[in-house]
Amino acid sequence: MITIKNKKNGPGLKSAIEEISGVDISVCFQCKKCSSGCPVGKLAKTRPSEIMRSLHLGAGDELLASDLVWMCASCETCSARCPMGIDVAAVMDALRRLAIERGAPKPEGNVPLFNRAFLKTVETFGRSYEIGMITAYKLGTGKLMNDTEKFPAMLKKGKIALLPPKGGDKQTVKRIFKKIKESRGPKA
Amino acid sequence: MKYAYYPGCSAESTARDMNQSTLAVVKALGIDFEEPRGWTCCGATAGHQTNRLLSVSLPAANLTKVQDMKLDMVVNCAACYNRMKVANHEISSHPAIRQGVRDALDRDYDGSVKVRHLIEILLEDVGLPTIIKSLKRSLNGLKVACYYGCLLVRPPGILKFDDAENPKSLDRLVTAMGGKSLDWPCKVECCGGGLSLSRTDVVVELTGGILEMAAAAGADCIAVSCPMCQVNLDLRQQDINKQTGKNYQIPIVYITQLLGLCLGIGPGDLGFEKLMVPATNVLKKVEANSHE
Repeated sequence: MITIKNKKNGPGLKSAIEEISGVDISVCFQCKKCSSGCPVGKLAKTRPSEIMRSLHLGAGDELLASDLVWMCASCETCSARCPMGIDVAAVMDALRRLAIERGAPKPEGNVPLFNRAFLKTVETFGRSYEIGMITAYKLGTGKLMNDTEKFPAMLKKGKIALLPPKGGDKQTVKRIFKKIKESRGPKA
Repeated sequence: MKYAYYPGCSAESTARDMNQSTLAVVKALGIDFEEPRGWTCCGATAGHQTNRLLSVSLPAANLTKVQDMKLDMVVNCAACYNRMKVANHEISSHPAIRQGVRDALDRDYDGSVKVRHLIEILLEDVGLPTIIKSLKRSLNGLKVACYYGCLLVRPPGILKFDDAENPKSLDRLVTAMGGKSLDWPCKVECCGGGLSLSRTDVVVELTGGILEMAAAAGADCIAVSCPMCQVNLDLRQQDINKQTGKNYQIPIVYITQLLGLCLGIGPGDLGFEKLMVPATNVLKKVEANSHE
């Protein structure tokens, strides 16, 4: 359940989310098909249809702290099944981008940290580098030894690469990251 | 038949088995693959969760490379396939995005490079009759649960890959190889994808449900075409068994590994040794079939 706190304090997130996602949230009529098909809906405290309804009702930044925002696996089942053709997954992406921008509280598991670690390796090597990303993520969470018991077997089987990737056009990728940091638009 | 083959980052690490079996299979079928020089990451889930323009520019950097090659792009990784097609769609339908990509790449791109999945090439360009003629071994007696996951079929309006709720492409390949493709309910369920490390609890829960249904359907193995699905289902089986007291030992194999075996390629050239849950039952069955 989501408690809408600051309805009196501002216009809420609806228009910002609509602008970022290009989605018309007002056509949602709460059939809850998105929530029925959501694979993580049953594990999270909130459901996609509740997010949609809360946006209607003028929810503000408190929505960015909903657990579903970062538990959502971007499977897009919600968007595929919406009878009104609403891209619910794009709304979730917009919430995440806004959560980063506005410094929403760190979620459990820290997916934003994971995403940063992943993209940092891409920016550095032109291609993602799993061991580099995993190390950066684990250092960031402070739980370095969590879930590492599988690495020896994976390395032995050649199931994960030890050395960073080579051969990617780093120059172009560096330029992309630089330009995006500079522009922050069209509505990132 | 020549294509620009985009392997994707996983192909050099956790999905080397996918890449190895893909290259072996296309070679056996006489398909010519050429990698775009200096290909780079598509940005994957982290890209689109972070910034829309980044999530389009990273694939576009590769699409322009392929445009210069004057070939269609072929992708086997479901995640890369998804990002490439979504980027094309975003660029061709939103002028502001196209402009943003132009600034980021210092080059205009119209979103017109044709992006295809390897399965589409196999079914549409090569065709089942040709594939069947090339088979040297059979999956006869092997029960296979074909698992498509999310990124191969959604968003259906953009990807247009098969039926989004009940796809049959992988099943058609398994049947052509003489195997029994199972009717089961988790074909397009989510494995948790990129949450593997950050929300392992979610991934264990979701993959646990998928394995439970595959086991109930009597699957000897699960056939996949996505590196994230493969790793989550393969690597997390141990954790699921530990947490639930179950004893799943279901090999998670790439469809290209199965096809490679049936084309007479040895398991060592298809990356079978890299699977965490060994596919001994699959290899034994195919071996036994070849002596019948």
